[in-house]
Amino acid sequence: MTVEILVNLLGLGAISGIIWWFWVAPKRPHAEAVAVEEKLRIHVRGGVYEPDRVRIKAGESATLHFIREDPTPCAEWVLFPDLEVSAQLAVNEETTVRLPASEVGEYSFHCQMQMYRGTLVVE
Amino acid sequence: MAESSNRAAHPTEKAIQVFRLQGANCASCVNKIERAAKEVSGVEVATVNLADRTLSIRGDAEAAAVTAAVEAAGYGAEIVRASARELRERQRAEEQRHYHQLLWRAALALGLGVPLMGWGMITGEVGVNTTFQQVAWGLVGGLTLVVLVFCGGHFFSGAWRAFRHHGATMDTLVALGTGTAWLFSMLVVGVPQLLPESARHVYFEASAMIIGLINLGQAMEVRARGRTSAAVEKLLELQDVTARVMRDGEEVDVPLEEVQVGNQLRVRPGEKIPVDGRILDGSSTVDESMLTGEPLPVKKNKGDRLNAGTLNKNGSLLFEAEKVGAETRLAQIIELVKNAQSSRVPIARLADTISSIFVPTVMVLAIVAALFWFNWGPEPRAAHTLVVLTSVLIIACPCALGLATPMSVMVGVGKGAEYGVLVRNGKALQQASELTTLVVDKTGTLTEGAPKLTDIETDSDADELLMLLASLESKSEHPLAEAIVDAARDKKLALYDAENFEAVTAHGVRGRVHGKRVLLGNRKLMKRENIALEKWQACAEALSAKGRTAMYAAVDGELAGVIAVADPIRKDAKEAITRLKKLGLSIEMLTGDNQATAAAVARELGIARVHADLLPEDKEKIVGELQQKGTHVGMVGDGINDAPALARADVGFAIGAGTDVAIETADITLMRSSLHGVADAIELSKSTLRNIKQNLFGAFIYNILGIPIAAGALYPLTGILLSPVIAGAAMAFSSVTVVSNANRLRWFKPASVASDRKEAK
Ligand SMILES: [Cu+2]
Repeated sequence: MTVEILVNLLGLGAISGIIWWFWVAPKRPHAEAVAVEEKLRIHVRGGVYEPDRVRIKAGESATLHFIREDPTPCAEWVLFPDLEVSAQLAVNEETTVRLPASEVGEYSFHCQMQMYRGTLVVE
Repeated sequence: MAESSNRAAHPTEKAIQVFRLQGANCASCVNKIERAAKEVSGVEVATVNLADRTLSIRGDAEAAAVTAAVEAAGYGAEIVRASARELRERQRAEEQRHYHQLLWRAALALGLGVPLMGWGMITGEVGVNTTFQQVAWGLVGGLTLVVLVFCGGHFFSGAWRAFRHHGATMDTLVALGTGTAWLFSMLVVGVPQLLPESARHVYFEASAMIIGLINLGQAMEVRARGRTSAAVEKLLELQDVTARVMRDGEEVDVPLEEVQVGNQLRVRPGEKIPVDGRILDGSSTVDESMLTGEPLPVKKNKGDRLNAGTLNKNGSLLFEAEKVGAETRLAQIIELVKNAQSSRVPIARLADTISSIFVPTVMVLAIVAALFWFNWGPEPRAAHTLVVLTSVLIIACPCALGLATPMSVMVGVGKGAEYGVLVRNGKALQQASELTTLVVDKTGTLTEGAPKLTDIETDSDADELLMLLASLESKSEHPLAEAIVDAARDKKLALYDAENFEAVTAHGVRGRVHGKRVLLGNRKLMKRENIALEKWQACAEALSAKGRTAMYAAVDGELAGVIAVADPIRKDAKEAITRLKKLGLSIEMLTGDNQATAAAVARELGIARVHADLLPEDKEKIVGELQQKGTHVGMVGDGINDAPALARADVGFAIGAGTDVAIETADITLMRSSLHGVADAIELSKSTLRNIKQNLFGAFIYNILGIPIAAGALYPLTGILLSPVIAGAAMAFSSVTVVSNANRLRWFKPASVASDRKEAK
């Protein structure tokens, strides 16, 4: 009996853990966005952009530098759908992506399949 | 920096890097710069070319170090980026490497998984009951762990990295599925007494098989994906590597990156044109089909434009570079195609929303299903719980859902480029497939856009009359005059000088040619000069009714005949209109011409609705009115005069951009000046959208059926659960299926092509 209760509790705990970690936690205002500057490189590896939250100034165009270290095809493209910008990333090369001047807000960027996700904060 | 270490790992032979120099003007600079560059570690040879102000470095020096050294010497240097094509080739090699790596991983994992599975199936001994079995399976478990780490390590590291960012990917599912199976098996091996005897099974073969199959699936996906970008690759291949530049009267081969605006270049017959430019000397025919989709080669003479990537057929040409690098039309096309290929399609919004919450949802579902089996399932419950948990995790495939749209768009947009149809983005592609009404501007689209002499009716010698009229009109600047002069030139008639030439506004022209008084103009002119019209009036009216501009000609006070000028209908317009109608579009014509002319053209082409006598701003209004009636309106125009209407329409087609229009203006740009391009574009968009729908449907159905089956929905019927291995195989091949289906679009052929190609021969 105790084992059964234990397993059930474990399962329910896992479910709430998943909901918390993947849905609730990311919605909270968390880690500061990293300011985009000349030297900032966004690394694409193992399913994530690092950093995955970058900040640019509103009303000014900006340039992002991506380095894709992951050869899986999913990582090949980065899309900024709201800005109508996309770029094909070269493996182990630096790819620059130009962003047009945009309004204040948060824009998501991601790969074609939305596995890799990041946020562009314009302020 | 990470990239430098990566670059060092590339087994390239001593690469050449080219830098563009600033401030290097004199011969003495050459030595200074070369000396400075040579001191940088890794530089073996450094040569400055003063003529085009470049520095070439051989060796594996860091570009930044070279730049710094040159700057320290008092000059500016900037690395010339590797050409897109070179980059592409490097990526190809990278892809190939990745492909082989995946195959290796698959082979290793299957190498363990298949024998294990065979053992289980043949002997049925996968239970752990004795100490000997514990030791033996413990060893197998160790071996499986090695396989998981070597062949599946990237799933685990990816899952972990994503997890830290509150993200979950396919890696997460694979890692959880295989990890759980392994951990459970190790538990069985370590403490079998914890479980009832019937549940003391090990699932090492499932872990190994799943890792192997998914690697295999990914390898196939890499292969199939490589083909989806075939169209861009073809375009990239049009870019030559070198160009033949004239230097001090000599032809020198230089790398394409070094060609600058203003350079004079030579292309020989059979060679590709390296950059955009204008012919200085020579004439030839040029095959532009790769850019415009136009099958017939084009004749080019001095002063004509040349586009990079087109093929010089039979003459030697000397030309001046006007646009190089990213400025060339070819480079712009490539850029546009690439951007469009990765853009969003509205139809995929639902799939996008779902894929963003897909993986965590599946994880929750897997646990719920597993708990259900644990609490209420038949014995052996522990084993069933594990199988259900693993199968649900493994069978759910977010990639199929995520890939469904992008892959089709990629192939569809690329295919369009092959036929000279440039789609601006996914939205334009989708809207083009939904059009119900097509509004077409007459001039330049349905007609040639330049008036031609169509009729000359006279009792006397027609050539003689034409000669007189052309001589007179050669003084005139009216657009109709040009048509008459051209007609005389075509007939090789010698023209006289006209005396006392006079243009009578809104009437016509008069003058003296070869001693004869010649008049050419409308009825009003003849009335004014008291010339009787009766003889030719009926003829003139008949011509007017056909939509032509008829004019009376009089010689020495007597009516000599009637001539008519018209903007001829394009040869292929009628056929294209028929095609468009067959595609279910209702066609409306717009024109600034008068009603009679417009109606005549419309009748000939079979267009039912005509809007004539329009001012330029009216066109946009008409498009707007149609939209308010709820139709999806496409507008075809030349992109310059019709820009507002094109922008207003749901889809604006700019036609004939092979010439000089900026290709960013329209939703869909047609490189070829033919209405067939519009039909091609619509056919393509329909095919692509159909393909997307198939893919989305397939991916949805797969997941909607797959997950319940894995959760045991069929157990009451079949009495068995879906094996995790089969779940792994299904998952691995579902995304391959999606990509392969998208690849079927590569065989798309617009209906016009077959007949076109026949004509070309
Ligand atoms: Cu998948």
